[in-house]
Amino acid sequence: MNFGQSFKLAIKSLLTSKMRALLTMLGIIIGVAAVIIITSLGNGMQNYMNDQFEQMGSNLVQVYVYSSGTSMDVDADDMFTLVSKYPKYLTGVTPYSSVSPAVRHGSDDYKRTKVYGVGESFFNADKGTTMQGEELGKGRFLSYLDVEREQAVCVIGSYLEKAAFSGDALGQTLTLSGAPYTVIGVFDQGGDGSEGSGDDVIYIPYTLAGRMGSSYMDMYLFTSADRSTASTAKGIVENFLFKAYQDTDYYQAITAAEMMDAIDSMVDLLMSILTLIAAISLLVGGIGIMNIMLVSVTERTREIGVRKSLGAKRRDIRSQFIIEAGTTSAIGGVIGIGLGIVMANVITFVMGQIVGTGSSDFHAIPTLGGIAVAFGVSVAIGVLFGYLPANKAAKLNPIDALRYD
Amino acid sequence: MEHLIEFKDVYKIYQMGDEAVHALDGVSLTIDPGEFVAIVGQSGSGKSTAMNIIGCLDVPTSGSYHLAGVDVSTMDDDQQAEIRNKMLGFIFQQYNLIPKLNVLENVELPLLYAGVGAEERHQRALRALDRVGLSDKKKNLPSQLSGGQQQRVSIARALAGDPSVILADEPTGALDSRTGREVLSFLQKLNAEGDTVVLITHDNSIAVKAKRIVRLADGKVVYDGDAHDPQAVVQPEETDDLPGEGFTEPTGEEAPV
Ligand SMILES: Nc1ncnc2c1ncn2[C@@H]1O[C@H](COP(=O)(O)OP(=O)(O)OP(=O)(O)O)[C@@H](O)[C@H]1O
Ligand SMILES: [Mg+2]
Repeated sequence: MNFGQSFKLAIKSLLTSKMRALLTMLGIIIGVAAVIIITSLGNGMQNYMNDQFEQMGSNLVQVYVYSSGTSMDVDADDMFTLVSKYPKYLTGVTPYSSVSPAVRHGSDDYKRTKVYGVGESFFNADKGTTMQGEELGKGRFLSYLDVEREQAVCVIGSYLEKAAFSGDALGQTLTLSGAPYTVIGVFDQGGDGSEGSGDDVIYIPYTLAGRMGSSYMDMYLFTSADRSTASTAKGIVENFLFKAYQDTDYYQAITAAEMMDAIDSMVDLLMSILTLIAAISLLVGGIGIMNIMLVSVTERTREIGVRKSLGAKRRDIRSQFIIEAGTTSAIGGVIGIGLGIVMANVITFVMGQIVGTGSSDFHAIPTLGGIAVAFGVSVAIGVLFGYLPANKAAKLNPIDALRYD
Repeated sequence: MEHLIEFKDVYKIYQMGDEAVHALDGVSLTIDPGEFVAIVGQSGSGKSTAMNIIGCLDVPTSGSYHLAGVDVSTMDDDQQAEIRNKMLGFIFQQYNLIPKLNVLENVELPLLYAGVGAEERHQRALRALDRVGLSDKKKNLPSQLSGGQQQRVSIARALAGDPSVILADEPTGALDSRTGREVLSFLQKLNAEGDTVVLITHDNSIAVKAKRIVRLADGKVVYDGDAHDPQAVVQPEETDDLPGEGFTEPTGEEAPV
């Protein structure tokens, strides 16, 4: 029969009992909202990660050397030699060691500030940015001599400049584990400039960082000519390290692209698991719809008899109830999508507050595909779970149905 | 000439445990186009059973039923639905309008199932409503109408699809006698305009408004003839109260069709 009339009838019966309709749709609403939230989060997370990697540059190769406790050792000089041997693939290298000295200026402590020891090639003078993507705003970056002579100088992020030096940091000093360091450069603000964010960093010569406590692991950042040579570059470094250690357990090299892929697929896996859980809620929602449709068929037995007496065929009755079930769950789906989008925004906001990066870095963005799938699935569930009750209605004997009350 | 409705030795037997209930016990009957027939009889005599078979809502256990020359006694569900849609118009005791649809939508239903387009459906439903004088109530819901008006809407619905036969099972049963007479005069009017009407009632005063009466007793035809023949109006009360006077008395004098 006519789709329009079934649709209108479905809307009418939903409107006449709003409470019941809402309860019927609840499972679908929750399930769809969960799917939207989860896919938005996943999408936001991937975008966030990818942005971070884009900033770092896709031509980067990270190398970890776990050499502590062995007699053989590979040091920064070996790495520099390697770069000079393969200029076509390796364009630069810098040690990159994370240290955690007490950061102080005057009487103020800066507990969340991150401190790294790097070499001069961490900074690309042509581009004016570091390998991590920070742009130098004032002063200069660490030089070869600073590193070689272990000068107590540092380059700081915009947060410290504002918080500790009220906007005028060049030439001033701060102390790291009690030793004074002179500020020779300041980065432009990259993120939202808040405490603990990417704008709250200090770079010092790695030669000095090495004294701030030895770690079991050395980390190096190589740059390759571009993204396409990165994996060859990685191979060269691995080859060298294998020759040195004769054991792959002592080192690890990974390109930015690989890391991006690894994280993407991890996020994907996590999202699939969460989506599966949300799907169970959709299933429960479908059963709720089936239940209410069975009640509806019983309640409307006489109507079904009348329709049959007027010439409705089985498929007319069947499609009427299927359309009704589909409409119910589709409306539930639309409400769920709306709820999901609102929740995704709330989560974006809350994450911004908690992580302290503000809401500018992380966005839980609902994808158009996710929305389309959620809507499609909710209609499909209605149709699927509406089929059984609809078929029951279609098979009713008209005489019995007419006599029913 | 071909009969519109032709029952040949129709039986409807319900098996209740060991006992077989003969709701229709060898009924043969013909009805021609333009007739106005009242089927009467006591409760349980098989009127509704006969009506259900005439209305293609049920099939006989044995015997044959031809509607407009087509054997419909062996049809399946959907084929019967098609016949009901094209050839039959039902009027029920309880009106049986669909409460969520307005008057016009209710009247449109048979046309909807016939696959008539929206525009034509509208026009024809309005024309049917006009015939029962209710076109000004087309936007009302059934619950906003009186019982008599609801029954008139259901008559309009029965008319909308231009059926060959209008079947009315106790159409006045739920109405007061005045409104009942009104509904009845509608049926007479329709018949005068050429429609074939089959009416079921156990009220003799209503039955005599028809042109012809078929009286059933225990699933058998015990009288079939002119509505004005005094034979037709055997008061059920009388026969019930007088055990000596068998209800089957008139069988021998059954009028030929
Ligand atoms: N589905 C059924 N199963 C068993 N017996 C039935 C069924 N339908 C009808 N009968 C029996 O068939 C007989 C005729 O019933 P029917 O409904 O045709 O009577 P009726 O003349 O319409 O009576 P009323 O005036 O009370 O409506 C009755 O004895 C009834 O009990
Ligand atoms: Mg009856």
